[in-house]
Amino acid sequence: MRQGGEVVLETRGLSMHFGGVRAVDRVDFALYEHELRCLIGPNGAGKSTFFKCLTGQLRPSAGSVVIRDLHVTDREPFEVAALGVGIKTQVPNVFEGLAVEENIWLSARRWHPPARSRSLTAETLERLQLGDIRSSPVGRLAHGQRQWVELGMVVAAEPWLVLLDEPAAGMTHEETVRTAELIREINRTATLIVVEHDMQFIRMISHLVTVFHEGRILMEDTMEAISADPRAREVYLGHRG
Amino acid sequence: MDLVAAVGLQILYGIANLALISLGLAIIFGMMRVINLAHGEFLMLGGYTVVIAANAGVNLWVAMLILAPLVVGVIGVVVERLLIRWLYGRMIDTLLATWGLSLLFIGIVTSIFGASTATTISPPLGVVSIGEYTSSAYELLLIGITVALGIAVFLVLKMTSLGLVARGTMQNAEMASALGVSTSRVYMITFGIGAAISGLAGGLLAPVTGVLPTIGAVYIAKAFITVISGGAAILAGTASASVLLGGVNGIAAFLTGPTIGEVALLVTAIVLLRLMPRGITGGLFRKSL
Amino acid sequence: MILARDVRGTLAIAAVGVLFMLIAPSVLELFTIINLTTAIALAVLALSLALVWGYGGILCFGQNAFFGIGAYAYTIAAINFGGSSWAILVAILVAVAFAVVIGYVMFYGRVSDVYLAVITLTVSLILYSLIRRTSGPDYKIGKSLLGGFNGITSPPINLPWDPSFVLFPEHVFYVAMGALVVAYLFTSWLTRTHFGRVCVSIRENELRAELLGYDVRLYKLGIFAVGAGVAGLAGVLFCNGVGRVTPDVFNLYNAALTIIWVIVGGRGTLIGPILGAFGLFYLTSALGTQSTVNNNLVLGIILVVFVLGVPKGVIPTLAGWMAARRTRRALRARERRMRLRRARGGGGRNDGAGAGAGPGGGGPAGAGRGAGAPE
Ligand SMILES: Nc1ncnc2c1ncn2[C@@H]1O[C@H](COP(=O)(O)OP(=O)(O)O)[C@@H](O)[C@H]1O
Ligand SMILES: [Mg+2]
Repeated sequence: MRQGGEVVLETRGLSMHFGGVRAVDRVDFALYEHELRCLIGPNGAGKSTFFKCLTGQLRPSAGSVVIRDLHVTDREPFEVAALGVGIKTQVPNVFEGLAVEENIWLSARRWHPPARSRSLTAETLERLQLGDIRSSPVGRLAHGQRQWVELGMVVAAEPWLVLLDEPAAGMTHEETVRTAELIREINRTATLIVVEHDMQFIRMISHLVTVFHEGRILMEDTMEAISADPRAREVYLGHRG
Repeated sequence: MDLVAAVGLQILYGIANLALISLGLAIIFGMMRVINLAHGEFLMLGGYTVVIAANAGVNLWVAMLILAPLVVGVIGVVVERLLIRWLYGRMIDTLLATWGLSLLFIGIVTSIFGASTATTISPPLGVVSIGEYTSSAYELLLIGITVALGIAVFLVLKMTSLGLVARGTMQNAEMASALGVSTSRVYMITFGIGAAISGLAGGLLAPVTGVLPTIGAVYIAKAFITVISGGAAILAGTASASVLLGGVNGIAAFLTGPTIGEVALLVTAIVLLRLMPRGITGGLFRKSL
Repeated sequence: MILARDVRGTLAIAAVGVLFMLIAPSVLELFTIINLTTAIALAVLALSLALVWGYGGILCFGQNAFFGIGAYAYTIAAINFGGSSWAILVAILVAVAFAVVIGYVMFYGRVSDVYLAVITLTVSLILYSLIRRTSGPDYKIGKSLLGGFNGITSPPINLPWDPSFVLFPEHVFYVAMGALVVAYLFTSWLTRTHFGRVCVSIRENELRAELLGYDVRLYKLGIFAVGAGVAGLAGVLFCNGVGRVTPDVFNLYNAALTIIWVIVGGRGTLIGPILGAFGLFYLTSALGTQSTVNNNLVLGIILVVFVLGVPKGVIPTLAGWMAARRTRRALRARERRMRLRRARGGGGRNDGAGAGAGPGGGGPAGAGRGAGAPE
């Protein structure tokens, strides 16, 4: 199942402890170029914490994170982002008081000269169908739209590695389908890890799925195999709802 | 030898002084995450209480040890009920509102008692001699009172049910209120106690420093530095920061003079904050007292 | 598009400022003009905090520290150099350098908002008590004594090419008003640049800015330092208006005053705090001439009332009302048209619908501008 490319992201023995809670516990993980990996697991399994360790938002208690041969374990989030990593957090992080287009522009402008960032902003607004609300402040938008604004910010930076934490949470079915399309489209130019709960959504986008449970990787396989596996069903599918 | 003892005592007094003026602020900050910008005025009000009471013929010790904390404690409770409680969770607004309060207190006291020093009282107890040097016996007493106050706060937090409830609330307010603790009452009492201790400190220092409506400003800079350098733990933070900053200040002041002493204190605090932005005891761990 | 908005408003305000600068000396008395110079200096200080707090989201409670440092640095440098031109530059640079040191500790240590507020305030208070202690001949920098609590007499500004041509107070007024207009134009330009927009985005959501790849610490340090430079300039103007500089520039009252201008005028605008400074300057001078009501008392009440009752400040609140009124009026107009249409029957339905969509579509765009940058 593994695409033949090189490993672009790898963790070794990655651990994050909060007091006595082992949110992430000695995780060895590898991601290959061009992959679109899904991360699933019950609430509190440590997926978001894992993401935060990958992106410098948290200093891991132990272990290492390597992105393209570069140790990023103790880097600041902006340094990780500067490697070309686009990040969407679970709780939407957007610039509430600023207009939609300015949100996107700020992302594009980080890496591109003025003219190019303007056209990139326009393209992104088009691509995410945000053109009609381009000048509304993000704080006034519905939840699903805010998620898209955040996705738009990720896309506008043209990252080669994209980490999305529950991108379809709180979206209508229609919105979810469009998000899945968008993710597949991003995958043409970028490697992705997507945390998601929605099984249908995962089936839409992903081949290889990693199951997190109590801070560890329980298994790594195709969605079909995981659906059929009693262990996974117990910890995850059984606990859903 | 006598010199060492005298200087050592002076440094010790500096440390105790820092701890004394900071403790009330530290209690309110450690328990409630509220930085009370009117802290200096609580000290000032304690001082005025003592001066006015003593001039009215009240026994000085009664005025300092009972009246000052009582009056300022009551003021604290009133302030908490009228102002602070509307602003919990809005730290910046709380800062601004308490700053407004600070100006208000200065304004009220100035309007009533005038802008200059009210009739002063002299420190009781005279001097004690250490060989050929002398030291103020009252300063020695203040060191003792500061230590006693620290121990008392420790015992209250550690041993009494009030302390238990307060610690529970400060670690997890939601959990505590789910268990039937009235968070609102705990905050009110905490604020009152913090204010009372500030009033006590202000009252005790009044004979040494005299009182002025604006004297709060003299205290708060040092109290802020101490509390921020100490971090979230009330006693451990106040004690460690007082020892460090008071010690540096005292030694530098002895070697070069008071101005350099203050510069040294400030530089130490800045370096400390660069190395430990959450203070010596760290902002994250609220377990220690 | 994004950067071009509301430029006209800024230019209009600047034009009013220039007009005032040209007209005021011929209609107002000299005493009023001298007083105005001081008020203008304070307005520049307000502007600096409007930038740092209102746009950068940095809760600096001790902005007057940079103001005081600017005033002292100017005075000391002007005495030593025997002229003001380089002294002005030195004042601004010293204020910036000081801000860089303090800012480095705070931003690179990532101290929280509240700590930052208290640290900056403390720095100002420490400077106050330090400078007060510098009486006597031991404390001097070059030829200039520091003067302790009495302060130092500040040499007035002279013509850049001729140190012997010292400006008269009415000329200093032109300099001050000109400096205010230039500082206002500069800061509004800055808030529209990429740098400025990033600072605003950091105010909105620090983590998101960081995840986009912006080094938040550096941007904060940048806008903090620029703000300190503007405050330093304000200090230069102030000691020229007053004629001397004393440690009181660092005291708690002035720290509070600076904050109050911005709270009253409104965060997120530049003109609000400027007007706040002028308004409160005249209020406190009016109060200063009588003795029943204490200045601190009034300021305390203003601060508490605004925090509890008008937390956004006057200008944004007014702007909000005006926007709401515009929306209401648009809605009413639409209703009228609908009623009219209904009365006329089905005829011209397409026409009516098109007109109805007009104001409705305009609503969100107008609202977007209001929330983005009211300036
Ligand atoms: N900042 C934190 N402090 C303490 N515990 C945390 C913190 N963040 C997460 N946790 C704990 O770590 C565990 C994993 O959480 P998280 O990574 O958010 O799970 P997931 O994203 O898989 O739902 C949970 O038990 C959570 O309570
Ligand atoms: Mg999660």
